[in-house]
Amino acid sequence: MSEESKKKIMFTVRKPPHGTIYVYEGLEVKLIMAAYDADISVVFIDDGVYALKAGQDTRELGIKGFEATYGVLVDYEIQKVYVDRQSMEERGLTEDDLLVIGEDEDTEEPIRPKMVDSSEIAAMMAEQHNILSF
Amino acid sequence: MLHTVNKSPFQNMALENCLRFTQSGDVILLMEDGVYGAVSGTAKSPLVESALAKKIKVYALGADLKARALGETIQGVEVTDYSGFVDLVEANRIHSWL
Amino acid sequence: MKLAVCIYEGPYNHEASDSAYNFIKAAVAKGHEIRGIFFYHDGVYNVTKLMDPPQDDRHIANRWSELGATGIDIVVCIAAAKRRGIVDEVLVPNVRISGLGQLTMMAIEADRMVIFGD
Repeated sequence: MSEESKKKIMFTVRKPPHGTIYVYEGLEVKLIMAAYDADISVVFIDDGVYALKAGQDTRELGIKGFEATYGVLVDYEIQKVYVDRQSMEERGLTEDDLLVIGEDEDTEEPIRPKMVDSSEIAAMMAEQHNILSF
Repeated sequence: MLHTVNKSPFQNMALENCLRFTQSGDVILLMEDGVYGAVSGTAKSPLVESALAKKIKVYALGADLKARALGETIQGVEVTDYSGFVDLVEANRIHSWL
Repeated sequence: MKLAVCIYEGPYNHEASDSAYNFIKAAVAKGHEIRGIFFYHDGVYNVTKLMDPPQDDRHIANRWSELGATGIDIVVCIAAAKRRGIVDEVLVPNVRISGLGQLTMMAIEADRMVIFGD
């Protein structure tokens, strides 16, 4: 199927991690959906940006974390990963605080989620076939 | 775009944050606890009033308003039912601000 | 129009299940096709036959089962269900357990997917 005819599916993540299961089970959906013929993007907004903070350690909680899985999103062919700039700024976060989601095949440079403005996200939303909130 | 908001603006930022991602011509549907945002004369009424001023159409689900004994909605907010909700979904792409 | 509906929250505890049900009834009444209903997160608790609400309240599981009897595909996510102790033996009739691939197909094939959750 050509890139143009693939259905665009966006995921929006707006909840913080660990307090509830939404982010964790939402990630399971993204990994499965990536195996199908769809043009997938993931956008982290509001407290969702905390899900991408590097250095999460859930061992003391006794629950399974997901930082390792986020670290290989690019390997799952999920390359369109965006964070909302204002949500980051409001929380005192910069791109350097974010975990790495993979590395560039050629240069082996680490790939981090891309910071974008809310107007860009709004424009992307309007292009989607369906949007799933997780 | 249709944006659905189901949280009270007094307790949750969903409505306020949703507004940042709405464009002229978009539609917001307030439902469940989201209908508290549709009430006139509250400290949070300016949120919906600012959306209306941006040419964003705002609807509130009548069943949720009635269940919560909410009568006076902000001028310009249209009260709709589940059938109207279906029509909004048919006419727009949708994002739920859960 | 082909519509799909996703429900994330458990019955009675959250209005999501009722909102979704009322939305689907209205959509069916208007002649829309329901491509499928998918239960995820605690939503998987919506369709257990072990539920026994007071007589004067709605029976949420039976309501979904009746919708399933009309031919609507109602799917409970297997991963979310197993985690929460929901298995085939406790499901009401006319719903099935399957994988996230079903959610994917609904998201791709339905013209609109409407999410009800917290």
